[in-house]
Amino acid sequence: MGKLLDKLNKDYRFLEGLNACINCGTCTAICPAAEFYKYDPRIITDTVQSKNEEEIEKLLKSDTIWYCGECMSCVTRCPRKNAPGLIIMALRTLSMDTGLFINSEKGRQQYALSLALNNNILNYGYCVYPRTFKYKDHPEYGPVGKWIENNLDALHKKVGSNLDGQGPGILRKIPDEDLQELKRIFDMTGATERMDTIEKYSLSKAQELGMTKEEYLNYIETTIEIEHHK
Amino acid sequence: MIINGKKKIWSDYQKEIPDDHYFYVRSCIRQNFFPASEKLFLEIVRDRLNLDFYETEHHTTCGGIAYHSDTIPQETVMTIVARQFALMSEAGYKNYVASCITSFGLYTEILDTWYHYPELEAKIKDNLWKTTRREFNKPEYLAHASDVIYKLRDKIASQAKYKLVNKDTGKPLKVVEHIGCHYSKMFPSKGVGGAEYPYVLTGMIESWGGEIVDYPERRHCCGFGFRQYMVRANRGYSLANTYKKFESMEPFHPDMIITNCPGCPYFLDRWQYVIKEMEGKTYGKDGQGIPVFTYEEVAGLVLGYDPWYLGLQMHQIDVEPLLDTIGIKYSKTDKYLL
Repeated sequence: MGKLLDKLNKDYRFLEGLNACINCGTCTAICPAAEFYKYDPRIITDTVQSKNEEEIEKLLKSDTIWYCGECMSCVTRCPRKNAPGLIIMALRTLSMDTGLFINSEKGRQQYALSLALNNNILNYGYCVYPRTFKYKDHPEYGPVGKWIENNLDALHKKVGSNLDGQGPGILRKIPDEDLQELKRIFDMTGATERMDTIEKYSLSKAQELGMTKEEYLNYIETTIEIEHHK
Repeated sequence: MIINGKKKIWSDYQKEIPDDHYFYVRSCIRQNFFPASEKLFLEIVRDRLNLDFYETEHHTTCGGIAYHSDTIPQETVMTIVARQFALMSEAGYKNYVASCITSFGLYTEILDTWYHYPELEAKIKDNLWKTTRREFNKPEYLAHASDVIYKLRDKIASQAKYKLVNKDTGKPLKVVEHIGCHYSKMFPSKGVGGAEYPYVLTGMIESWGGEIVDYPERRHCCGFGFRQYMVRANRGYSLANTYKKFESMEPFHPDMIITNCPGCPYFLDRWQYVIKEMEGKTYGKDGQGIPVFTYEEVAGLVLGYDPWYLGLQMHQIDVEPLLDTIGIKYSKTDKYLL
């Protein structure tokens, strides 16, 4: 077997997700992403099943593997108990580990996601935290969202939250010793390494494009340069 | 005949849900956008029904949104989850209940993976010990918070002040139920009613007087898609999926929507606002949107709580027309009082 496939075979999600695909296309029929993007989970599954290293490398460099929403609707319906959604997760991991994610527009977005989500976890203990979820980045939050943001403390107090408070409760401050445990878990289990890898390739790409970090982040979060849709 | 057939299938997918003594963990998204729902959940089980639901301030995110946005490895999320299980073990509990569907799906997946790969579970135990000096037992029972409310639905009905009925016509309200994808699409046997015919929300609605709407895209994802919403350039994916669902449910004229997932009520609510702004289209009566609720919010309305105590002022789609239809008393002027 080739080196990429060897690595995929060490990912438990790949082992769980790929049995014997019969190319029926049921996953594609049910897939929300396949309806929206130029995306076909049947072809992804067939490609990894073919064990063709060149084709797998093409996938890792492509936008294709970043179209899935990981809703796992495919898992329910596959008659052979494959899980294309899990295969996608293994492919994305390998794409980041090898730095190949930097070749695709959708792959490059991982830098913005890594900074936003992982820093929320490490700094606050939440994936989503109200003081970093901004109306200006989320206009769909609506006029009510703007009102919530402008009255965050008073409103959360009124509805019973314990925003940044001591003890248990809604949006309590996660104690520092617990955040330190999360940091040690990140350091030991590969999350910090993944953050560093994504940052290394991303800052290099930003330099290649002549952009600052902030300009690059805005670019990858907002720019659509190629046709992704059917 | 078709409805009867579905009811028969639903009845075959029941799961045992313990009555009492749970370790409760919160949801990141719900705490942000529907905070009062978690407040009400604990008030119902603790204060109204005198049940034992324990929470510790030391629990954190499970990391599920980051994991499904592929920003943290599987080993990381498993160790964070193992830490949550350790907190449960330290507190002396065996039943674990998650407020979040992403968490519930993740816990289910992790327990299943450890079952098939015990060497991985051993590695995670080692990771947890080295990083936190904690040890864990796996939960004997894993529930989603909506399972608990489903279990208690008739007790809630017995204390109800209102029914999900049109006060003028006496007819049941037409209710769309939306189940979070990770509740049972990955492991159908872990959800009440399985993946094709989930009964967890339907059971609540039937018990509280409403009538469920069956429509073609009932099982379609709301469109969160993790990275597909979190990154601005991808957000059309999320909107398009919600749009597909509303176009599909429109001919059935639903009065309201009930959900059991953290993100779904946010997207079904906010994307209606965006569709109105972009296309001028609305799906409810008289140019209004269709109000979207968490199951705790619906339980709270049925039990007679003040709508603003339930946090319904944090919704973009106005709930007042529905409150009027049911006959629920509320103060218009208090809505935005702080």
